[in-house]
Amino acid sequence: MKNLELQKTANEVRKGIVTAVHGAKAGHPGGSLSAADMFTFLYFEEMNIDPQNPQMEERDRFVLSKGHTAPGLYAALANRGFFPVEDLPTLRHLGSYLQGHPCIHIAGVDMSSGSLGQGISAAVGMALAAKLGGRAYRTYTMLGDGELEEGQVWEAAMFAGHRKLDNLCVIVDNNNLQIDGPISEVCSPYPIDKKFEAFNFHVINIDAHDFDQIRAAFKEARETKGCPTCIIMHSLKGKGVSFMENNVDWHGKAPNDEEYAVAMADLEKIGEELEKAGE
Amino acid sequence: MAEEKIIKKVATRESYGNALKELAEEFPDLVVLDADLAAATKTGIFKKAYPERHIDCGIAECNMVGIAAGLAAAGKIPFVSSFAMFAAGRAFEQVRNSVGYPHLNVKIGATHAGISVGEDGATHQCNEDLALMRTIPGMVVMCPSDDVEARAAVRAALEYEGPVYLRFGRAAVPVINDRPDYHFEIGKGTIVREGSDVTIVATGIGVDSALGAADMLEKEGVSAEVVNICTIKPLDEELIVNSAKKTGKVVTVEEHSVIGGLGSAVCDALCKHYPVPVCKIGMQDVFGESGSAAALIEKYGLDAKGVYRTVKEFI
Repeated sequence: MKNLELQKTANEVRKGIVTAVHGAKAGHPGGSLSAADMFTFLYFEEMNIDPQNPQMEERDRFVLSKGHTAPGLYAALANRGFFPVEDLPTLRHLGSYLQGHPCIHIAGVDMSSGSLGQGISAAVGMALAAKLGGRAYRTYTMLGDGELEEGQVWEAAMFAGHRKLDNLCVIVDNNNLQIDGPISEVCSPYPIDKKFEAFNFHVINIDAHDFDQIRAAFKEARETKGCPTCIIMHSLKGKGVSFMENNVDWHGKAPNDEEYAVAMADLEKIGEELEKAGE
Repeated sequence: MAEEKIIKKVATRESYGNALKELAEEFPDLVVLDADLAAATKTGIFKKAYPERHIDCGIAECNMVGIAAGLAAAGKIPFVSSFAMFAAGRAFEQVRNSVGYPHLNVKIGATHAGISVGEDGATHQCNEDLALMRTIPGMVVMCPSDDVEARAAVRAALEYEGPVYLRFGRAAVPVINDRPDYHFEIGKGTIVREGSDVTIVATGIGVDSALGAADMLEKEGVSAEVVNICTIKPLDEELIVNSAKKTGKVVTVEEHSVIGGLGSAVCDALCKHYPVPVCKIGMQDVFGESGSAAALIEKYGLDAKGVYRTVKEFI
């Protein structure tokens, strides 16, 4: 896909996120929106997956370690055709298959996650299984920057580096905000790049909203042999919705009807601009 | 001088390591994970034969459980090994959320359970694992009583699709199930001695103690029925209820806290189907301490004499 198409798709994913969280009257829009471009690139460009055959044996794997941003993952999966976009507003409703955090039984979801620090370990296990079985699939996992405060993340990083899992790509969504405030003030995990380097990762820093940089980073990750790669993507929490951007209040809160209208108007405007840019 | 019967003794952790090695050819997806304890958990036996299928995760049990979850999601059958304290205790939430909730095909081989750990003392004597593991939906929980049962349980766990917790001990224990008609099935208990006055439901090393106690009771005219429960969950409720109907009194024996383990599971079943008085033998809401396994088992009333005394008082 060309960048413009990716941008348009990412904008649809953002609409899906806002619609899902509004429908749920709860959930995590901020970190879903910051990672929306990455979700889009992964599911529309990077990963070898088939919406018609979600369990395809040799598919690439993705584990959303920062599982609270399930709305972002679900919106990408729905737009990619794993399940109907119309189901997104049933998020978190009793009886809906769209659980508040990712559940392995949802089409396209490779691992249940949401208890922070655990998803990366499962991703490491999937990458190890590929190495043990001589299989070609790659494994991706996305962590929040606040999640790096969990000790298990570093247990997993130590193991992945030790085992030279070059089929593993760890993505850190560095939007700098966690529930209690800026990560640098709560319990700073900085410098993130130096830490992953110390655990024998190849580290790439990128702008999370620049598809050229995302594309180049994944190419570099695939070409990196003998060690896992960590892509630290510097992102804007709440990206695309004016009143949510860089505002920690929108980490885990749903917009009311009025706020939802404003948010969707923001995203419609971005969509129109992208249409114009394509003409 | 009375002739002493020679009884073969094997630690069930040894049975675990041997079984893994024996089953490796038949189950090519079987892999074994350990956290720097391969020598103690006896997965070292497997490691020696199949080094490429043994994954040492270092001293990081929570990550090890997560890696096992990922391996299982990709088609492997991982056996995660550590001491019960760390496998079920430290990594409880990982077992719950990364293994139990997605119902992945991960087997947890937990060794050094209970006070028979001995000299290491309370920090390493896990008397809570059965309680913790029982609470996880869909988790099979097994506590073999000897070498024969331990090896059978490992095979059964391999043949079963879904999460399984297996509890093994450090100390060598008598082989009591070595008979031609021995048959193992997940969820099925066994009446190892018939009786009519009291039912003793036991698990793990408690089975041997219960059998010894039954001998002593018999000499005093008390007929005790001994039920071996290897699978704590799902529990063979029918067998226990039928025995309770026959005897009217039930004693449970486990090398575990009396809170949440076999005794609690038996009470749950009896409360629902056929309430009778129950006496729970086990760790009475206390921590263990350093000492030899035999001395600790005796001190906490888990040997044959201790079980005999408690049963006598109870009936």
